[in-house]
Amino acid sequence: MNNQYIPLSLLPIGKKAKVKALTSDGTTRRRMLDLGLISDTVVEALQKSPSGDPTAYQIRGAVIALRSDEANKIMVEAY
Amino acid sequence: MGLTSQSTGTGVLDSELRIERSTPGDKVIALAGNPNVGKSTVFNSLTGLKQHTGNWPGKTVTNALGKYLHKGKNFYMIDIPGTYSLMATSAEEEVARDFVCFGKPDATVVVADATCLERNLNLVLQTLETTDRVVVCVNLIDEAKRKKINIDYSGLSKLLGVPVIPTIARKNKGLTELMDAVYEVANKGLVTNPIKITYDNTIEQAIKILEPKIWELVDGRINNRWVALKLLDGDPTLLKSLEKYLGFNLLEDNEMLELLDSAKKHLANNHIKPDQLRDKIVSRLVHIAEDITANTVTFENKQYNYTDRKIDSILTSRTLGIPIMLCLLALVFWLTIEGANIPSGIIANFLFAIETKLTELFMSAGWPEWLHGILVLGMYRTLAWVVSVMLPPMAIFFPLFTLLEDSGYLPRIAFNLDNFFKKACAHGKQALTMCMGFGCNAAGVIGCRIIDSPRERLIAILTNVFVPCNGRFPTLIAIGTIFIGGTAGGAFRSLSSTLVLTAIVLLGIFMTLLVSYILSKTILKGLPSSFTLELPPYRRPQVGRIIIRSIFDRTLFVLGRAVAIAAPAGLVIWLMANIKVGDISLLTYAANFLDPFGKLLGMDGYIMMAFILGLPANEIVVPIIIMSYMASGSMLELEELEDLRNLLVSHGWTWLTGVCVMLFSLMHFPCGTTLWTIRKETQSMKWTLASFAIPTAAGIIVCFIVANLVRLLGLA
Repeated sequence: MNNQYIPLSLLPIGKKAKVKALTSDGTTRRRMLDLGLISDTVVEALQKSPSGDPTAYQIRGAVIALRSDEANKIMVEAY
Repeated sequence: MGLTSQSTGTGVLDSELRIERSTPGDKVIALAGNPNVGKSTVFNSLTGLKQHTGNWPGKTVTNALGKYLHKGKNFYMIDIPGTYSLMATSAEEEVARDFVCFGKPDATVVVADATCLERNLNLVLQTLETTDRVVVCVNLIDEAKRKKINIDYSGLSKLLGVPVIPTIARKNKGLTELMDAVYEVANKGLVTNPIKITYDNTIEQAIKILEPKIWELVDGRINNRWVALKLLDGDPTLLKSLEKYLGFNLLEDNEMLELLDSAKKHLANNHIKPDQLRDKIVSRLVHIAEDITANTVTFENKQYNYTDRKIDSILTSRTLGIPIMLCLLALVFWLTIEGANIPSGIIANFLFAIETKLTELFMSAGWPEWLHGILVLGMYRTLAWVVSVMLPPMAIFFPLFTLLEDSGYLPRIAFNLDNFFKKACAHGKQALTMCMGFGCNAAGVIGCRIIDSPRERLIAILTNVFVPCNGRFPTLIAIGTIFIGGTAGGAFRSLSSTLVLTAIVLLGIFMTLLVSYILSKTILKGLPSSFTLELPPYRRPQVGRIIIRSIFDRTLFVLGRAVAIAAPAGLVIWLMANIKVGDISLLTYAANFLDPFGKLLGMDGYIMMAFILGLPANEIVVPIIIMSYMASGSMLELEELEDLRNLLVSHGWTWLTGVCVMLFSLMHFPCGTTLWTIRKETQSMKWTLASFAIPTAAGIIVCFIVANLVRLLGLA
């Protein structure tokens, strides 16, 4: 895996990134795909919840909250 | 909140959802869509059925059936649960998928959100893979206009190959056109030409291997291409539904099995592993959706979500998020308590004036004393109490709660609280089912279907009752106001009852988390499963509609249920108070029996009995307490609400009694309806018993500790 990819959970708030790989499997992977998280999808980190987790992301026009456990399994390329 | 007869619905393939067409020309229409796209509003506007709607994902927890007449034909419309895709992961999504794929509707309407069209097209495309007869309804176009999102509907219709109808369902705009299009498609007056979705060559070749044999076996009863894809994909729940639909298992055919084997080998030889197949299928759909959107949607304002983000940055902020949430909760309670005081008094005066008239009537007509006792002192008086104690708080609380619901705030609560649920090893969506529980615990229990993992779903079901439902709110409000608040006096009166009520709800949330945690660490061991939560755009609530809806849907429904149960309960109480064994009435006998136990928990025997008799509906607990005290003789006339406090005090109530009643009301066995629903949802007597025992044990422990600690410290 390319070194410049980071897990989505590390993407700073307000920054955008492109999805490069999903490392989850089974139901979780299906859920992520249903949200449209396929290769090269642009994701923007919008806001953390009061306790720091989950984080809200802008994904294909919708705002989706993901826990860090899930966001850890989405590798992205920040830009 | 799903408090209709539909809330006990069932899976499509179950025999209970058979639609009886009254004439052969009747059409069955499936209403599908992503969660939270105004699907239920479309449904309500078309069918006139009052299904409760709210601005948060996962509202339709079961199929609702409605009917409308268009151009002289009956259309039966089924509102199926919102789903992002037909590749189901939760029980609720399975219901949706099964109906769209196997329910054989004459047409399927897919409702899409105009402000988020691209994501919604995923479901549209998946639906088009299974059936030609689709009408796409692009709803919320006013929201899109406000956000300066322009959509080329005829272009969209050309690309998809099916009719596309823009609507504003809540303002009844575009619905006639929608019904026209559905009419045409369902009656085959309009032959659609849906977009052909093709995958990469390897997958297409694998499909080709399977198609002819499937065609031969299913005889055109279902789209072969789609079945081929699903066989390759191998989702076990779908294959099971397919078998049920066809009446036989495709894979029991040896030739079919061999073909599937070789098709799978073909994929493997070309480096497509099973997991990658699904990725490729989904990616293809997403790319098509992307292309279609690029050609038909333009964003004039790139920052179209700016306001929503601004609001979110306040409502879910690190410093203000939780304080604002608590303040909103407290504000709702304060308005309810403050607002309910005066109307409660007026209604009580009015109803008891009628009681006096009734008594006079009975006396002058010379009817027997026992008849007057049963009908007036038993049934009528209990009814009067239920109405005057419950109606005003409900008529204020429900519209306020609905207002929060419609605006889109509830998912933000889930967002704010999720980390706590995660720490309790529970599912984040439990916060949503908890919110449903505020409406009705039975609805909350059904709502748990939105949780995919069986373990977490069970936890959510077992703990739902820790949220005070609308049957218990009046009890809490009544005790909080006339008792706890009453001790403060003056301006602090409603303020202190507000604080007490807020504290009780917070305690309920805390208990939910604590019990979830304990369950996760003991009998339901496991780690939290994956969770995604959509934060929908904020919407301006329609105040007029909310007031009407919440009064007719909720207030009157709950009141009706309470009245239906209060009348016979009043009768039972009166009989128990007047049938004497020796010198002691049955009521006193039973209360005396329960008294030591009640005292141990800071209450008394009458209160204990009220909780037991309140099993059919929690609404009647306070009225039963009042009735039993009055029947036991110390005070026979209650002129106004103020006397209620005196009645309670004269029966030995202190502030501690009030607190313990509130605590026990928060934590005791679920009502009959909820227990029955839990039995249905879990299919297990064991878990139903657990759902009875867990909150009861919690209530007994908490009340015991509180009562004895306070007594030990000499505070009451």
